[in-house]
Amino acid sequence: MTEFALILLSTVLVNNFVLTKFLGLCPFMGVSRKLETAIGMALATTFVLTLASVCSYLANTYLLAPLGIEYLRTITFILVIAVVVQFTEMVIQKSSPLLHKVLGIFLPLITTNCAVLGVALLNIQQELNFLQSAVYGFGAAVGFSIVLILFAAMRERLAAADVPVVFQGPAIGLITAGLMSLAFMGFSGLIKG
Amino acid sequence: MLTSILALSALALVFGLILGFAAIRFKVEGDPLVEQIDAQLPQTQCGQCGFPGCRPYAEAIAAEEAQINQCPPGGEATIHALADLLDLEPLPLNPENGAESAKTVAFIDEQTCIGCTLCIQACPVDAILGAAKQMHTIIESECTGCDLCLPPCPVDCIEMIEIKKDMLTWKWPYPQESPPDSRPDSRLEASA
Repeated sequence: MTEFALILLSTVLVNNFVLTKFLGLCPFMGVSRKLETAIGMALATTFVLTLASVCSYLANTYLLAPLGIEYLRTITFILVIAVVVQFTEMVIQKSSPLLHKVLGIFLPLITTNCAVLGVALLNIQQELNFLQSAVYGFGAAVGFSIVLILFAAMRERLAAADVPVVFQGPAIGLITAGLMSLAFMGFSGLIKG
Repeated sequence: MLTSILALSALALVFGLILGFAAIRFKVEGDPLVEQIDAQLPQTQCGQCGFPGCRPYAEAIAAEEAQINQCPPGGEATIHALADLLDLEPLPLNPENGAESAKTVAFIDEQTCIGCTLCIQACPVDAILGAAKQMHTIIESECTGCDLCLPPCPVDCIEMIEIKKDMLTWKWPYPQESPPDSRPDSRLEASA
């Protein structure tokens, strides 16, 4: 149990995928202009990241490893992620139109989120088992969501703030992201060993 | 070499079958057109389009009985959204229906109000609270700024107030409309 808690804490705060590993920066900058869209994106990403993490693990363990073709990992994982996302979208559209309206266009967008592929590859690199990879994927997604929502809330306030002309727009956004990253580096002393 | 090709092809084939099955199994009937048009309208229920509310107007558009340029509260943005949705040319707002104005909310001067309830009957969204010979007041969060309560008031105690920008009502500005001659005419190029 402690092990899972540690993985969760480590992925959410210490090794945050956006601010420490710099993965998934495109949606981080692109979908953070409005708080509501950021929340929708966060929910959809959490869903897909966890699922894709598990599915990639299964594909690696039961298909690539027995056949000794681990060098095809990247292309296989991309395939798996694309299919998982597409399948999820169809099921959600049928079973819960409301949820589909909330997640909407974000679901297909996530296919190209590099954090999803990053998590799947890191799972294998760190030789995590089935449950651990599920927790790792979920933790990464929660970390991504927290940071995305915090950043969106800040950008809404920034837009109304009196920013010097040269810093307006994306410039102040990137500076803010940098400061957030610095702040999250402070968590690195949280877990010893 | 051969193993890898076979394995990956097999995987792709299985995934293709799963998706193909899912596409049939989880098929959803597309939204009826009226729903989609109604979703683009501002839901002020003001009746400035000449129909008794947003949904009847949406039905009229879907039946091609009305133009898409009869909605002053929605303004340019709604006309463009409808034009995109229905694949029509955007038209300028029809002046017969009124002009596009800033978003307003009604305010009742309670000193002058005589409690006649006429405005309550006129309000399409039940945003006015009051009873006969009692002071009336507007529930600001419900008011759509449709102006329908102004004409029936016998003592002219209702005025429309523009909503001020603050942290709660602020939103991202709309993108600037580019001047028409700077836009490449893709339609002409496509047909040429």
